[in-house]
Amino acid sequence: MSVAGSLSTGTPRSRDRVHGARRLTVVLALLLIVVSVVSLSSGATGTAIWPALKALATGQDLSALDRIVLVDIRLPRLIMGLAVGASLAVSGALMQGLFRNPLADPGIVGVSAGAGLGAILAIVLGGLLPLALRDLFGSYLISLAAFFGGWISTILLYKVATHGGRTSVATMLLAGIALAALVGALSGVLVYMADDTQLRDLTFWGLGSLAGATWTKVAAAGPIILVALLLAPALARGLNGLALGEATAMHLGISVQRTKRAAILIVAAATGAAVAVSGGIGFVGIVVPHLLRLATGPDHRTLLPNAALLGATLLIAADMISRSIVAPAELPIGIVTAVLGAPVFLAILLKRRNTLGL
Amino acid sequence: MRRFILSASLSAVLAAPALATDAQDRVVTIGGDITEIVYALGQQDRLVARDTTSNFPADVLDLPDIGYARALSPEGVLSIRPDLIIASDNSGPPETIEVLQEAGVTFVPVPEIYTPEGIAQKIAIVGDALGQGEAAQALADKVTAQLQAAMKPVDEHSPGVLFIISAAGGRITAGGAGSSADAIIAMAGGRNVMTSIQGYKQVSDEAVAAANPDVILMMDRVGDHGLTDDALFAMPAIASTNAAKTRSVVRMDGMLMLGFGPRVADAVTSLGAALHE
Repeated sequence: MSVAGSLSTGTPRSRDRVHGARRLTVVLALLLIVVSVVSLSSGATGTAIWPALKALATGQDLSALDRIVLVDIRLPRLIMGLAVGASLAVSGALMQGLFRNPLADPGIVGVSAGAGLGAILAIVLGGLLPLALRDLFGSYLISLAAFFGGWISTILLYKVATHGGRTSVATMLLAGIALAALVGALSGVLVYMADDTQLRDLTFWGLGSLAGATWTKVAAAGPIILVALLLAPALARGLNGLALGEATAMHLGISVQRTKRAAILIVAAATGAAVAVSGGIGFVGIVVPHLLRLATGPDHRTLLPNAALLGATLLIAADMISRSIVAPAELPIGIVTAVLGAPVFLAILLKRRNTLGL
Repeated sequence: MRRFILSASLSAVLAAPALATDAQDRVVTIGGDITEIVYALGQQDRLVARDTTSNFPADVLDLPDIGYARALSPEGVLSIRPDLIIASDNSGPPETIEVLQEAGVTFVPVPEIYTPEGIAQKIAIVGDALGQGEAAQALADKVTAQLQAAMKPVDEHSPGVLFIISAAGGRITAGGAGSSADAIIAMAGGRNVMTSIQGYKQVSDEAVAAANPDVILMMDRVGDHGLTDDALFAMPAIASTNAAKTRSVVRMDGMLMLGFGPRVADAVTSLGAALHE
């Protein structure tokens, strides 16, 4: 098995796979650059990036509209798309590795549910906050609430699942399902209390969008996601070991407990921040790692960076579709990722239903 | 009076080219009621885009649609290159509104208040934004006068009305106190039977049966996905009510009934006639 290969010197087959995965990394990086440039130069206003770059290079001033569209709308949106796409895909890969379950994604440990509850609370009850507080947070109240909701639910789950210094992944999985049910019920109560306009906000929030991208949001969520993404590759060896079972991993000299704790914290931070700025964007976290595992195998050393690249590319591409298909209006991006992602996911399931043991 | 209004709006129309040099020729409206006011002021030639809820008069459908009022895309709106956006005050998201304001677009929020004064105020704000203060005053006076004439008093003999915004899956979502439906029912001389809830909420079958409405009021959806009368009156919640016994259901165009624009008097007149026939 190639996971074992990646831990020792490796069979020819696993070396081929590692080689193939590295080549894929280069291809994905180039693809990401191309998609980013296309994304920056396309949109409803039709402002292209080349005239803008030329204007900058020749010292000419950009028109006010072009400057706002490029600098204040498309650039923060691109960066947020990069960060959120990478964060969702890497979180999915980490969760699937941690739970040794191909169906895991941040939704399953209740991070997304907790973040969603935070957002719903802010939408429905935000009006009850003292005006001074509301002014302080302004339009970022929903994002902040989502972030803290994700964090608090993760910490709760971690405490429930940790007993005598050991974290039981199975307990966490079950507690996550219970928490998601509880959060679902509380959300239901709030949805019932919500008025017509708040309900529409809830619906749109649940579908996800990068339309609210601003430099403030990039500055708030970007560093958290960046740190989480930079730390993730350090867990690759531990997760590869875990794939062989906890006992084997421990015999290989892997600190199982530390790997689990770090993976959970990274997922909570990355998913919390991503959900906070973009709402609910489905299927990236679950589909991207699967595609990559099918293409180049389950070695986390290449899976994690490739997931970051492919997740970012797919989300930016989906965002381009969401804002061009009905321009000058735009579709919530969650609709696009689900429409693209669900058939791919079904195809994977059909192709692999025998090997998945389902 | 009518001659005065006519001359006032005529002079406003004639004055428009002079005002148009104020670089506010590219107007976007967000909210069907606001769009209707722009048409009523004869300023529709300045409109370059509209939102999804702006569907009257039919001409407006030729303009590009910038999407749903609470989920606007900043670049989508800017691509229209508007000078002036007149928007219902719950347009959003706030980030989009911020970017638009930074982009140097004049953004005029219009509050939604479901009273005769609220409608007059709405017309005045739209008129001021378009530099059509006098014409707007005349329009507001006209609408207010028509509305006062159309409104009927409410007392204990008024018919009890249940407004159903949705009966999807056999579950009734009704218009409660403070909703736009509540306001139009009262203006038309009806008694809203669902004032125990606030806004639009799902209500239990028992609550509907206990409220015992005399008339069911619904929106007349285009390409009617709505219920047939038979299906409506067969619903357990409704079967026992007076409305089912007399088979009383009123269906009206949603934008006309709940828009609270310049056509509000028409809505009140036809609803009042339907309720008191």
